[in-house]
Amino acid sequence: MDMKIIEVKQSIFADNDADAERLRQQLKSEGTFLLNVMSSPGSGKTTTLVRTINALSDEFRIGIMEADIDSDVDARTMSENTKAKTIQIHTGGMCHLDADMTRQGITELGTADVDLAILENVGNLVCPAEFDTGASKNVMILSVPEGHDKPLKYPLIFKVCDALLINKIDVMPYFDFDMDKVTEYAHMRNPDIKIFPICAKTGEGMDAWYEWLRTEVKEWRS
Amino acid sequence: MHELGIIVHISRTLTKLADEKKLSKIGSVTLEVGEVSGIVPDYMTDAWNYYKKKTPLLAESELRMETLPAVTFCEECENTYETVKYGKICPRCNSPRTYLLTGSECNIKEIEAC
Ligand SMILES: Nc1nc2c(ncn2[C@@H]2O[C@H](COP(=O)(O)OP(=O)(O)O)[C@@H](O)[C@H]2O)c(=O)[nH]1
Ligand SMILES: [Mg+2]
Ligand SMILES: [Zn+2]
Ligand SMILES: [Zn+2]
Repeated sequence: MDMKIIEVKQSIFADNDADAERLRQQLKSEGTFLLNVMSSPGSGKTTTLVRTINALSDEFRIGIMEADIDSDVDARTMSENTKAKTIQIHTGGMCHLDADMTRQGITELGTADVDLAILENVGNLVCPAEFDTGASKNVMILSVPEGHDKPLKYPLIFKVCDALLINKIDVMPYFDFDMDKVTEYAHMRNPDIKIFPICAKTGEGMDAWYEWLRTEVKEWRS
Repeated sequence: MHELGIIVHISRTLTKLADEKKLSKIGSVTLEVGEVSGIVPDYMTDAWNYYKKKTPLLAESELRMETLPAVTFCEECENTYETVKYGKICPRCNSPRTYLLTGSECNIKEIEAC
């Protein structure tokens, strides 16, 4: 049989992008808002989410999907500290989630009694940004000890995120973290990104973040 | 395991293409890999050779990779320069107001098939 050359010229992300768009439309029609939360390991995703869920659980029915690599520690923390329905997504050691794995998680969680689904993505700033999960909105958590130059080092994640939570502001006095610089650098990558300085440990600054999320969820479901 | 995740997506794309074009066997797959895409060609080859055995369409295929150079643009002085050599700071004017023009992408360029 004769082999022939066939031009493809397609990004390797194109098939996932299309799949993610289908999932987003499905969630829209089912009235479920999906929040994708990304950060480096230890930036405070779990701590921030526990507090956020407890603040909003009277207003929305919340479900959470945990995707931490090979551990169910976060899933346990969630079910011990919140009333949200929690499931674990097993990534099989993979460093990112794609739309297909997210859909499996959503199916397990069920959308009928969930207004707000939250995905705690794998702790990594590189490939979760490349793989669209089908989320309604993407947020990133950057903690003060990581430094204010992260937007220069990891431009893509700042580009794809709608909101940036700057966590652990309680330790600002011990680090040379420059809030003005991080704001400037983040806006260089994404002029529309909303920035919320917070302390997930005490709850400081989190009301503005709740308000943003509340508004986005209501708008998605309207 | 990043590379294996990517190969799953390449395989899905090619399976769909093979369906459309009535192809039964792929002999080679050529990728264009950006210099700063984060993809490691050696890992890619290993993952490919592992994964292809599970997919009849790809079982005898060879993976080829071509490098796409990374180029950064400086908004301050409108200079373009080699990303890998100079990084995020413009070598002409020292500004951090720069962005990547090309080099982060990864494309399936072409395949050989019948
Ligand atoms: N000082 C301080 N520590 C925090 C804050 N938020 C989280 N932490 C701590 O940071 C560590 C990692 O938090 P975790 O929520 O597990 O991060 P994750 O890996 O992103 O889910 C834990 O020891 C938290 O107690 C904060 O606002 N201030
Ligand atoms: Mg966590
Ligand atoms: Zn990955
Ligand atoms: Zn310059």
